[in-house]
Amino acid sequence: MAAAEIDVKYVAHLARIALTPDEEKKLAAQLGGILGYIEKLKELDVTNVEPTAHAVPLVNVTRPDEIRPSLPHDDALRNAPKQAGGLFIVPKIVE
Amino acid sequence: MLNQLTLSELSARLARREVSAREATQACLNQIARVDGQIHAFLSHDAADALAQADAADKEISSGTASAQKPLLGIPVAVKDVLAVKNQPLNCGSKILGQFISPYDATAIEKLKAAGAIVFGRLNMDEFAMGSSTENSAFGVTRNPWDTTRIPGGSSGGSAAAVSADECIASLGTDTGGSIRQPAALCGCVGLKPTYGRISRYGLVAFASSLDQIGPFTKDVRDSATLLGVLSGVDPRDSTSVPQPVPDYVKSLTGDIKGLKLGLPKEYMIGGLDPEVKAAVDAAVKQYEKLGAEIVEISLPHTDYAVATYYIIATAEASANLARFDGIRYGLRVEANDPTELYSRTRGAGFGPEVKRRIILGTYVLSSGYYDAYYLRAQKVRTLIRNDFLKAFEKVDAIITPTSPTAAFQIGEKSDDPLQMYLSDIFTISCNLAGICGVSIPCGFTQAPKLPIGLQLLGQPFGEETLLKLAHAYEQSTAWHRAKPPLA
Repeated sequence: MAAAEIDVKYVAHLARIALTPDEEKKLAAQLGGILGYIEKLKELDVTNVEPTAHAVPLVNVTRPDEIRPSLPHDDALRNAPKQAGGLFIVPKIVE
Repeated sequence: MLNQLTLSELSARLARREVSAREATQACLNQIARVDGQIHAFLSHDAADALAQADAADKEISSGTASAQKPLLGIPVAVKDVLAVKNQPLNCGSKILGQFISPYDATAIEKLKAAGAIVFGRLNMDEFAMGSSTENSAFGVTRNPWDTTRIPGGSSGGSAAAVSADECIASLGTDTGGSIRQPAALCGCVGLKPTYGRISRYGLVAFASSLDQIGPFTKDVRDSATLLGVLSGVDPRDSTSVPQPVPDYVKSLTGDIKGLKLGLPKEYMIGGLDPEVKAAVDAAVKQYEKLGAEIVEISLPHTDYAVATYYIIATAEASANLARFDGIRYGLRVEANDPTELYSRTRGAGFGPEVKRRIILGTYVLSSGYYDAYYLRAQKVRTLIRNDFLKAFEKVDAIITPTSPTAAFQIGEKSDDPLQMYLSDIFTISCNLAGICGVSIPCGFTQAPKLPIGLQLLGQPFGEETLLKLAHAYEQSTAWHRAKPPLA
């Protein structure tokens, strides 16, 4: 079975990863091979099979809605590439 | 040499005050200085901090704290670079985290510290745990202590190599598709992947959240049981950790495995299985029969679909998990005039080739129009794979297989062919999809060159007591685990 064509440029855009033209070319070939291999799942009949999102059947795990200590402000900002006035600095979003 | 001791041996000598934690820690540091230039298991380590922790442990020992209260008191344990240790660097083998310093401890680390361990060092790994050789680290490859022209396995290659080369007493790694068991096999140590939910993942940087699990690397099975007991338990900060009581795993190591049933899956006798690996596993099966276990042939009919299923589910989850590395709140940032461009440039510069490949594959299988064909179908096949195991466990107590189809391969041998690299995980991947537990223990060597071979045992969900009992009985009836690599 032929693998689907993958538009690497478009998918890389969705994933927000800038690629060089060389990387695009290499990835297209490699992903084509991997997708070709993955096609084998289509051999199986999965009608009436429930999907498994998680191997352990835990549902609706909740905790009490109480205020607890959290990461101090300074600690949360310590690894920021750019910060000022207790905030993360980012490029302008709204004109 | 103190660094060569097992955890239980060192613990006993510390308790008798024959040696100090400082001496043991210094012995590990000396070994790192002597051999790590050739192995590169450690990305970094803070010797002064390790010795300060050792001095604190010595104080506690002399004030009468017993190993019954703190089972890891004075034991140097090194950590894979994917677990948060407060005030230590955290890079996940990637450039994208920049100069990141962890603001808090992972739960597993808190538990190690509470048990008295000396937590030190950052161990090399494939970037974001994506790989089977540690060649995908942004900081250079780790070399196998048995043959430095070969890979140590991956993704927890540094964790395996460090234990095997006696640079630490034990270490922590993580296993998403075999990343503990395969490097343990290739470096000749014991690697345990506990049942999904057994150990809290809080403070573990997520690769594939439904598959990731933390586990120990040790020099024998007893040490693995000790560490599992320390690390296990429900944690309110990880809603997928399971409120299952934590038994005394060491107590289950009775040596008596008479009447236990071991399943031999016929689907695992594949073409690519190296004859020397097959011979070693066959001999281990015979040894188990001698020890009184019953061998039963079983079938796991969907084995052939596990790798394909895994590379859809794991990449899909990774594409979502790794969205957080965007250059805004921490790590590397490549500036741009608008946020979207900033994200793309940062991620383009910060991620290595394998991580890009997997994020893009994961994004693709989740994208509009492909979700049902790939992701949903893979989740359904995952059900079939899990059912295979649950059905097998109605008949047997554990399953016995090779850990890896071959011994350690050469550096560079598979790095240009991602699919071939993925297929080297063929025996370990199903365990994560099914959410069961598994362990790799040494079971022999290839002839020339002499390289370790690993035996994998797979156990029922939360069946670690039986799993470790079986592993321990075999180990104690052989001498494989005592062999040391030439470099150590």
